[in-house]
Amino acid sequence: MTTVEKVDSPVSATESRPVSRRATIARVVILGSIAIAFISPIIFMVVTSFKTRAEAAGIPPTWIPNPFSLQAYESILAPGTGTPVLQWFANSMIAAALNAALVVITASLAAYPLARMHFRGKNVVFAVIVATLLVPPVILVIPNYLIVSELGWLNSLLAVIVPTAASAFGVFFMRQFFISLPVELEEAARLDGANRFIIFTRVVLPLAKPALATLALLAFLGNWNDFLWPVYVLFSPEVQTLPAGLSTLQSANAVRYDLLMAGAVVASVPVLALFVFLQRFIIEGVSRSGVKG
Amino acid sequence: MSTKASADALPTRRASRPAGRRGQPVKPTARQQGAATPWLFLAPYLLLFGGFVVLPAVLGVWISLHSWDYTLPLKPFVGLENYVSLFRPDSTVSGPFWGSMRATGIFTLFSVPLLLTIPLAVALLMSRKFPGRNFLRAIYFAPYVLGVAVVAVLWRYLLDNNIGLVNHYLGLLGLPDDTAWTTSTPAAWVALVGVTVWWTLGFNAVIYLAALQDIPIELYEAARVDGANAWQQFVHVTIPGLKPILSFITIITLLASANMFGQSYLMTQGGPGRETRTAIYQIAETGLRNFQMGSAAAMSYVLTLFLMAVSAFVFWIFREKKESTAKEARS
Repeated sequence: MTTVEKVDSPVSATESRPVSRRATIARVVILGSIAIAFISPIIFMVVTSFKTRAEAAGIPPTWIPNPFSLQAYESILAPGTGTPVLQWFANSMIAAALNAALVVITASLAAYPLARMHFRGKNVVFAVIVATLLVPPVILVIPNYLIVSELGWLNSLLAVIVPTAASAFGVFFMRQFFISLPVELEEAARLDGANRFIIFTRVVLPLAKPALATLALLAFLGNWNDFLWPVYVLFSPEVQTLPAGLSTLQSANAVRYDLLMAGAVVASVPVLALFVFLQRFIIEGVSRSGVKG
Repeated sequence: MSTKASADALPTRRASRPAGRRGQPVKPTARQQGAATPWLFLAPYLLLFGGFVVLPAVLGVWISLHSWDYTLPLKPFVGLENYVSLFRPDSTVSGPFWGSMRATGIFTLFSVPLLLTIPLAVALLMSRKFPGRNFLRAIYFAPYVLGVAVVAVLWRYLLDNNIGLVNHYLGLLGLPDDTAWTTSTPAAWVALVGVTVWWTLGFNAVIYLAALQDIPIELYEAARVDGANAWQQFVHVTIPGLKPILSFITIITLLASANMFGQSYLMTQGGPGRETRTAIYQIAETGLRNFQMGSAAAMSYVLTLFLMAVSAFVFWIFREKKESTAKEARS
């Protein structure tokens, strides 16, 4: 495959240049046209959300709304509809932010001794945590429902904030990062009399900012998009998060695609914005998670 | 405790400072922490982990041994009955359960090969630097950040029988334009698999891409010097270079497909009939809608056993292949 051609090959640089330039252009054109087709459903979602009810249900489908309409948004954001989209948005924000904070705090605290300290039981603890990465989450769903119910968290945001914060991936990810840091700075701080907690907060965490940001982003995205659990534990519309809310919106307005697309856009804007501005962190986080496996 | 330990360290620091810290032996520094220190760091995480991972994993077994209806006060012990009735053809639970296992099987069988090959092709096309590469990589990854609810609601619209974009464009191409993508099989399977490939392709492609970039370019040069053509280079350099990642990506794709829920819940509502109702869907409805938690817990362990067996099989396949290619390379 063309992967193996090398543009700056010293031997055949002059002969191969025109060919590889043509190959590069072909590659950009092919990948570019596939990419346009690939992204068009998302564009169509946004376009449809600005159509009138009639145009959204019309044939043939149109790519430019005429007239440009905010009806769908006015209608789903209006109070008293039984589908409180603004409330869902606030719930999703609160849940995802608090969940991400919990993940980052607990996972980095737990990962530090696993990376840097010597103590009895360390290997067992780490092995058990890593082993749960392979446990299918489905076996936890039924019993966790009972646990959450006992805690009185059913139908409350706590149910989607706390249980999923026990992130084995987070511990694994942060431990790998801490191991990769040079130990000298910590040793210097220790010789200056700092205790482990001070070293952790003043020396280690500032160095770990990129990893913490990546983990926080992945946790935020995961929680924002989580579907099965919120659908079953949040049953009143006013406590739902956006994905569960979209399901409610869909059952309430089966073929009102203008409304559904407006709801889908509301649910997508924050994550797409995060992705546009921080895609390097997200993509590198994902690809690093693979390399380690 | 750590305060005391660091107080002990103070004199050492003063004494040894001019000499520098190079000569400081490792053992004493390791001892400067109290025995409780690591556990204090671990405590908040272990509290969550114990409460919402370890406890439920054990509690699930207990529930599965009882006739556990969430809404009833009595939850009598029934031994293995919940498991046995899953395997008894005349019981009310076995038909729907194995139907849902079949649905999960069909979905996994068709989605996994596509999710292993298409992202690899995309990654190969993108593995070399060219203008706009990062932008394209972001576009291919973008659907993944949307989440299953948005993706499913969007595609149910695009796949609508009458006003959907998909049927409209198929009609323009002179193909049948009245396919009931979400209410008939096998069209529903094509829709569910296709949407899932669109949604998660970028995730696998990004993992492949990172692995491709770890293959030393010298290996390709050496292969070329030996007269290997592009295909031979792919087979003898790229594929072996991807080996470490291949079993990982196969397993996570397999588990993700076997856990399919949202697409079916929102696009087909498990229909037509119950044909696209997956095992996860069935377990969630049995346990959390009908509150037959004992039976649902038993189903979840049977599904888990299946998944573990399949994962073990995948690991075994990749180990075999690794040895044979190593031999090939030597000969």
